[in-house]
Amino acid sequence: MAFQILLNFFLAFLWMFLQVSFTSTTFFVGYLIGLIVIYGMRRFFSTRFYMHRVYAVIYLTMLFFKELIMANIDVLKVVLQPKLAIKPGIFALETELESDWEITLLANLITLTPGTLVVDVSDDNKTLYIHAIDIADVQDSIESIKNTFEKAIMEVSR
Amino acid sequence: MTVISEWLIVIFLLFGSFLSLVAAFGLIRLPDVYTRNHAASKSATLGVMSILLAAFLYFYFIEGHFSSRILLGIAFIFITAPVAGHLISRAAYNSGVKLWEKSVRDDLQYKKKEREH
Repeated sequence: MAFQILLNFFLAFLWMFLQVSFTSTTFFVGYLIGLIVIYGMRRFFSTRFYMHRVYAVIYLTMLFFKELIMANIDVLKVVLQPKLAIKPGIFALETELESDWEITLLANLITLTPGTLVVDVSDDNKTLYIHAIDIADVQDSIESIKNTFEKAIMEVSR
Repeated sequence: MTVISEWLIVIFLLFGSFLSLVAAFGLIRLPDVYTRNHAASKSATLGVMSILLAAFLYFYFIEGHFSSRILLGIAFIFITAPVAGHLISRAAYNSGVKLWEKSVRDDLQYKKKEREH
């Protein structure tokens, strides 16, 4: 991943030296050409073509913003409705993610999701304890967290 | 162009201040520290972010000044606010703050009991 980006930069600089024009436009053109070259040579690398991962990161960021807006509408509804008809509680969520930064990212995503807030992470990094503002549909929220967030994070780290 | 951007600025400002108001209202109204944390960590994040975005758009379109510090501020708030919410609720739980009495489920208490044994 990092090696491919470095190689792409190197190819862009090579293009600048071939053109004898040291402007950002030439760099950009060289970068695009290097991208095509790396895409053509992708079977010689041990990892995937790195643009897949860039796309996954952009998708994850969009997901972050979408969930933040949904979460706010949710809190708005709870706070402004006349009767406080909520059933809060803490439930456990098993996660398949392993490295520390993945779990941090997942915890941040869950905290910004409608109606959930991470209270604690178990010592072996296998379980997240999540406080839900309305626990009636725990199974649903576990499913949706697993399907959307975990998948999106795995797409980045795979 | 200026008219559109002016409207955008107004909408972002009003939306942000409305969300901050709702966050404050939620702090008063919700029953225990965890549910209050929901209101504080979500509504306040998006509220402050949209107010900052309105400030950025104002300086960019009306004054013609690109303020990258505001963008950095938005990014930092976006990263740090959920972590702060998590730490506060974790500290509250570990120091023994009770859940609201109408709470229906608490998986974390088993973990705590295991640790005490």
